[in-house]
Amino acid sequence: MMDGSKFDDGSVDALQGEQKIRNFNINFGPQHPAAHGVLRLVLELDGEIVERCDPHVGLLHRGTEKLMESRTYLQNLPYFDRLDYVAPMNQEHAWCLAIEKLTGTEVPRRAQLIRVLFCEIGRVLNHLMNVTTQAMDVGALTPPLWGFEDREELMIFYERACGARLHANYFRPGGVHQDITDKLLDDIEEWAITFPDRLDNIDGLLTENRIFKQRNVDIAVVDQETVLQYGFSGVMARSAGLAWDLRRAQPYECYDEFEFQIPVGKNGDCYDRYLMRMEEMRQSVSIIRQAIVKLREATGDVLARGKLTPPKRSDMKTSMESLIHHFKLYTEGFHVPAGEVYAAVEAPKGEFGVYLVADGTNQPYRAKIRAPGYAHLQACDHLSKGHQLADVAAIIGTMDIVFGEIDR
Amino acid sequence: MSDALNELGALIEAKRTDCVLAWDVTFGELNIDVAPSNLLAFVEFLKTEPTCKFSTLIDITAVDYPERSKRFDVVYHFLSMHQNQRVRLRVSIREEDMVPSITPVHAGANWFEREVFDMFGIIFTDHPDLRRLLTDYGFRGHPLRKDFPTTGYTEVRYDEELKRVVYEPVDLVQEYRQFDFMSPWEGANYILPGDEKQEEAK
Repeated sequence: MMDGSKFDDGSVDALQGEQKIRNFNINFGPQHPAAHGVLRLVLELDGEIVERCDPHVGLLHRGTEKLMESRTYLQNLPYFDRLDYVAPMNQEHAWCLAIEKLTGTEVPRRAQLIRVLFCEIGRVLNHLMNVTTQAMDVGALTPPLWGFEDREELMIFYERACGARLHANYFRPGGVHQDITDKLLDDIEEWAITFPDRLDNIDGLLTENRIFKQRNVDIAVVDQETVLQYGFSGVMARSAGLAWDLRRAQPYECYDEFEFQIPVGKNGDCYDRYLMRMEEMRQSVSIIRQAIVKLREATGDVLARGKLTPPKRSDMKTSMESLIHHFKLYTEGFHVPAGEVYAAVEAPKGEFGVYLVADGTNQPYRAKIRAPGYAHLQACDHLSKGHQLADVAAIIGTMDIVFGEIDR
Repeated sequence: MSDALNELGALIEAKRTDCVLAWDVTFGELNIDVAPSNLLAFVEFLKTEPTCKFSTLIDITAVDYPERSKRFDVVYHFLSMHQNQRVRLRVSIREEDMVPSITPVHAGANWFEREVFDMFGIIFTDHPDLRRLLTDYGFRGHPLRKDFPTTGYTEVRYDEELKRVVYEPVDLVQEYRQFDFMSPWEGANYILPGDEKQEEAK
């Protein structure tokens, strides 16, 4: 309106010269399909260019850390499945490592290998989800349909190991809950042989696709300064050329026995991160196959038998002490010596850590969950500044945001 | 691993005697106690000093110890990708004390400090934008303090008549269950019904 008429708020437009244009504020989410959950962004736009981006989080806050303070260590384990629900077992792993560090428990070799196996399955689960839904955010509809078929197969492996497709509750302090069968190993191996071909199919859809490249190349370029300033980890850090992977740098379980490459980005844009995630999946498949070969040789117990873990079923039938132990373990729970530790794992999204303060009772005094997505999302303002509104969807996708772990 | 950490701890103490109150290596992790007034300079020192290079901020959190006079421990975790080391800083403060914000040194501290403010009510001075982060708009109280009940004080529901979400005081159908796991063999002092007669008899 250039006629000098009044606006609702009483302001009057100037009549001559350049028009004074106010920036436009819009709400992105919390019910936006590209917001990957319940993210509300308040965007200040200058035309179509994002000037400021203020993420409002906490819409999925369930008070996990508060709840954990009044539950036993074993009861707290399932909460970790509900953090990053795309790759649940990787989170459980950090919790188990923290408890094992405090109690000084040695995990049997077979259990370590099973953990590695399922952590890598979790990584494939996560990257399949992220790569394909990010492609959907920028306009490709077929990849998620193909990707979710493979996710389905992997979740069936989860189910066959622990009985649940998503909320596994499988890794326990001192090992894993149940041993897996040889048939399951065979099936996972068969899947691992055929999966790279299907990955190539998705690759063929996206990698050289003109629209996909236009939407991802040179978007949200991350440099090393940004990585250090905002505490990035995982793929986000590696895309800037920092070869930092906790599996290599601070090996846990038996990751030092495995051969795998860590892809590192050159340009630090969304397209690099897509390529890295595809390559990480191939590396994970290779680790899975190595783990299966090792697992066939490593036959033994999957739990470090002791105060932390339940006795064998057969012992419970014959020994009174075992029966009492079993009862006390699942009612009172085990006691963890006082102290504070920080245990971190390389979750698919980056460094997932648990800071655990124990006071010697059967419940944690304080547990802080350090989620990788939290650090990434707070750089959203920095990354999306100067980009188009439509790129915000691509940026959220590439940061690999899952609200379970950010809001906790 | 521990040798390197001991060396690092001694080195940091030698270089910044004024900042380090105490340090120790437990469970293979380096802990340093710092006074709040020196925090910002010390964090900057850790970031720039070539033998440390703790340039990545991993986490900021707090722990509540209501029985202590210095009630809160604010805990900082740093990582050095260059030296492949981690360090934990602990700052003990009283309830009314304020902590200097480290956002000038680590931009990523912004949300972590907001969360600590939200959850514990600890105020960070010179923070650019100290708003609540995770809790509801208009929330009252600081949930991770030990004196805040796990159930909270209010609950919400959609009211069919008012056609909006309403806030009401929490109405528990059953009391929140807190089991007492102390066993009488480990020194629990129970007053059993009838025990008071023993006292009267004396």
